[in-house]
Amino acid sequence: MNTLTVSVVTPDGQVLENDYQMLSCKAEGGELGILPGHIPLVAPLTINAVRLKREDNGEDLVAVNGGFLEVRPDKVTILAQSAEVANDIDVERAERAKERAAQLLESNNPEVDVERAKLALSRAMNRLSVAQR
Amino acid sequence: MASLKDIQDRINSTKKTQQITRAMQMVSASKLARAEENAKRYASYSEKIQEVIANIASNNSDVSHPMLERREVKRTGYILVTADSGLAGAYNSNVIRKLYTTIAERHKSQDEFTIIGIGRMGVDYCRKNDYELADTVIGLADQPQYAEIKGIASRAVQLFADEKIDELKIIYNHFVSAISQEVQMDTLIPVTNIDAAESSSTYEYEPNEESILEVLLPQYAESLVYGALLDAKASEHAARMTAMSAATDNADDLIGDLTLSYNRARQAAITQEISEIVGGAAALE
Repeated sequence: MNTLTVSVVTPDGQVLENDYQMLSCKAEGGELGILPGHIPLVAPLTINAVRLKREDNGEDLVAVNGGFLEVRPDKVTILAQSAEVANDIDVERAERAKERAAQLLESNNPEVDVERAKLALSRAMNRLSVAQR
Repeated sequence: MASLKDIQDRINSTKKTQQITRAMQMVSASKLARAEENAKRYASYSEKIQEVIANIASNNSDVSHPMLERREVKRTGYILVTADSGLAGAYNSNVIRKLYTTIAERHKSQDEFTIIGIGRMGVDYCRKNDYELADTVIGLADQPQYAEIKGIASRAVQLFADEKIDELKIIYNHFVSAISQEVQMDTLIPVTNIDAAESSSTYEYEPNEESILEVLLPQYAESLVYGALLDAKASEHAARMTAMSAATDNADDLIGDLTLSYNRARQAAITQEISEIVGGAAALE
C-alpha cells in the first residue's frame, strides 16, 4: 500500500517522522487532504490540529502553530515555529496560557495587543483540543 | 623578601582559584557539546525553509514582498548578541568593537540606528554610550528554546514592517571551532542571500505565491535570528572554555614559580639558622 512520509520540523528539532496513509489539515485557504502521490504543493497552515491516518487505521494528532506545509509525491514536511504531538502537550501550561489570554482579551485595556492575545488564545485552545482527544 | 607564610598563602589562594577555573572550563565544555547539538537540530529546519523560499524566488521572478526589496536606508537596526557575563576572553569585546567601528563608519548621528541588545554586556555598553535600545533580552538560557527568543525576533521583524528601520543586521560571534570564533555581521532583512538552488520540483502554491511569502518570510527572518543565537551560544561556551583553560594553565605556572621561591626561602632560612648556631658555638670556644 502507498504511504506518505510525514515529518514535522520546528527550530527546536524534529517532532515527528513516520509513514501515514493520509494527512488532513487546515490551510489558510481551507481544509486540505493529502494522499500519497499528491502533486508538489506549498501552503500556509492555520493554528490547528493536523490529523494523520496511520497504516493500522488509527489516527495521530499534532498541534501545529501556524507555519506551512510542503508536499512532495511521497513526502510531506510541515515547518512550524512550534508543534507538539498529543502526548507531549503540557496541559497545565496550556490551561494557564488560555486563561491569561482570555483575561487580556476581556480586560479591554487599550495597551493590550489584541492580535497577539487572540493568537495566544487560539494556540492554547488548539493544544488543549489535541491533548483531550 | 616575602616571608614563608606569605608565599604559602599565595600558593593556597592560587590553588583555590585554579579549582574554580578548572570547574568552569569543564562546565563550559559540556555546555558546548550541547550547544553544538542544538545547532545541528536547528540546521534541518533552516535548510528546509531556505529551500522553499529559494524555490519560490527562482521560479517566479515577478513576486515581490517588502522584505525582499532593498529600500533607501534611513535607519538601521542592529541586533547585538553578547553574553550575560564576562570571563570569556575577548568574546564580548570583539562583538562590541565591531558595533563601535560599524557605527563610526556608517552613521553620522544617533538617529540613524537603533540597537536590539541580547545579553547584559552589550546592553550595558549601549546604555553607557546612550545608544537607543529598541529592545533588550537579558538572562537567556544557555540552551535557548525557540519560544524564548520568538518575542524579540518577531518584534525586530515588526520594526522593519512598520518602516521604523530599513534594514536589520545582526552582530554575533560565529562558531568556527572550539578554539576559534569569528565576529560576523549578517543582514537579515532585506532577505537577499538566497541562493537559487537547483530546484528538483516545481510547486503548486495554495492559494498563491504572495500569501506564502507573507507567512514564510517573517518566519524565515525569525528563524535566522534564532540560528545566529545558537551559533553565538556555541561560541560563547567555546570562548569561555578556552579562556578558563588558559587561566588554569596560568595558575599552574604561577604555582610552580611560587613553589620554587617558597623552597628557596625555606632553604635560606635553614642555612641562616645553621650559620647562626655555628657562629654561636664558635663564640663560646
